[in-house]
Amino acid sequence: MIIARGLTKVYGDFTAVDGIDFEVRKGEAFGLLGPNGAGKSTTMKMIASVSKRTGGELTILGLDPNKRGPEIRAHLGVVPQQDNLDRELKVHENLFSYGRFFGLSRKFLKNKVEELLEFAQLTEKRNSKAEELSGGMKRRLTIARGLVNEPEILMLDEPTTGLDPQARHILWDRLFRLKEQGVTLVITTHYMDEAEQLCDRLIVMDKGKIMAEGSPADLIKRYASKEVLEVRFGSSKNQEVAEQISHLGHRTEVLPDRILIYSENGEEDLQAILKMGLEPVTSLVRRSSLEDVFLRLTGRTLVE
Amino acid sequence: MSTTTPVEMPVHKSQWQGSKKLVNVSRARNFAWLHVTEARLRNMMKWWGSIAAFGLGNPVLYLFSVGIGIGALVDANGGSTQLGGVSYLTFLAPALLTSAAIQAYQDETSFPVMEGFLWDKNFFAMNSTPINARDIVNGVMASAMVRTLVTVAIYEGVLLAFGAITFDVALPMFFSAILAGAAFGAVMMAVTTFVKEDDGFFAIVGRFVIAPMMMFSGTFYPLESMPSYLQWVGWISPLWHGTDLGRTISYGSPQQPWVTMFHWVYLTIWLAAGLAFAYRQVAKRLSA
Repeated sequence: MIIARGLTKVYGDFTAVDGIDFEVRKGEAFGLLGPNGAGKSTTMKMIASVSKRTGGELTILGLDPNKRGPEIRAHLGVVPQQDNLDRELKVHENLFSYGRFFGLSRKFLKNKVEELLEFAQLTEKRNSKAEELSGGMKRRLTIARGLVNEPEILMLDEPTTGLDPQARHILWDRLFRLKEQGVTLVITTHYMDEAEQLCDRLIVMDKGKIMAEGSPADLIKRYASKEVLEVRFGSSKNQEVAEQISHLGHRTEVLPDRILIYSENGEEDLQAILKMGLEPVTSLVRRSSLEDVFLRLTGRTLVE
Repeated sequence: MSTTTPVEMPVHKSQWQGSKKLVNVSRARNFAWLHVTEARLRNMMKWWGSIAAFGLGNPVLYLFSVGIGIGALVDANGGSTQLGGVSYLTFLAPALLTSAAIQAYQDETSFPVMEGFLWDKNFFAMNSTPINARDIVNGVMASAMVRTLVTVAIYEGVLLAFGAITFDVALPMFFSAILAGAAFGAVMMAVTTFVKEDDGFFAIVGRFVIAPMMMFSGTFYPLESMPSYLQWVGWISPLWHGTDLGRTISYGSPQQPWVTMFHWVYLTIWLAAGLAFAYRQVAKRLSA
């Protein structure tokens, strides 16, 4: 569906995307993971065929987006980072109006709009102006709008940023259903849980480059241990304690507020710490996540 | 559907066909500018009441106050000799008509651009479909024309009722006013694409472009009666070219045929240059 080879985007003397390679296959949910400014959104804009690459190759649905933009866009569903709904139009008019841009007939759209309203759980809000909706509703409407042409590829840029937990879960559920449908999803996020929930495969980006690629489970296996023990001794003591316990686990990582110990058995390591007579303020044993992968790869946390 | 049962995917109701089957790309491309026009008109319909009220109220107010009020003064003092032998009302009518067309175009070319790039960012939404920059510009211009057609038609109706123009010149005057409006609108659209922040842009345009243009384009008195060092404003202004054209059409104000021709050509060049400029600017901003 999408093939990128040495894909590059340079703005003036700033290289936003620095020669990345990846492929997205039909029907998979592909994630671009990374902190703000990693080049995810720029990559998305190039795939969305609105921003032209400055180097490398990019093929979407077999076509070159620099030359055949409108043709490719006919088969994409785009959910931008920032909702760009028409505030003056009613909810159902937003869907209808957008559908017309694809040249879809009024008759087809009449039914389609009702289906999408149901899908987005906005049937009761159909006659509200878009500007009157809550953040979660606007997001759902934007996603529904992106489905009006029954796209081959649905692109979601930070789909749940700024949403409350309940709204996020509703959205994830909707996206999951689409995936079951066979729609190819391309998702950017800086939320690890979101990536783990939704993506079959992902690339971790930082400073315009790809740091790693694989399924969430793969990446965790490759770059992190099975478990993580998190201990806090108070910010002034963390560094000092870390030196004393550096022999525990495979690896330790000192963050400003806590120490992470990567190990096969976090509980055992915690007991070892207690035996040494050290008393952490708080302690937590958890499974490794993509957050740890990112930390390992870049030496930084994702959300700073 | 109750909230307790899981919401079903659209596909269970009607078959998910996929965009390959659903979207006729060449059709979508051929009518792309029309789809933008349609969307703009849909937005405009939200304001049709104010558009109609303004369209009717504006000429009525102007004609009573300036046309008849000041007109009585001018005509009583033998002013018509300097106005090519016609009443002040007749002299003023083509100018008012042209400026109404320009105003209507200004509204419908500048606000959509602000909305499209700054307020709603809906140009970006359009551009994520088969629509491209050129379609957006053409669609905005076409919808502005629809609005202006209505405004000018109402205006002419009022002018006819006041006896300010005659029936036989209504149609050609219609064209000259629309052309002047479109020429101004195209340039206005291109200029508005430069606005990056909404900080009093419209106040600046109103005070430093629209107001001087109204004052110095031979709207209320012949351009020739202004000091020559100020006449250049009129020569540049599409309002003056449109007005002078309208006056020739309306009451045959003495003019060389080449001057008439020049007005048409000048306005057409503004329109073409404005469009070309707007195409470039909108494309640039969409891909940034």
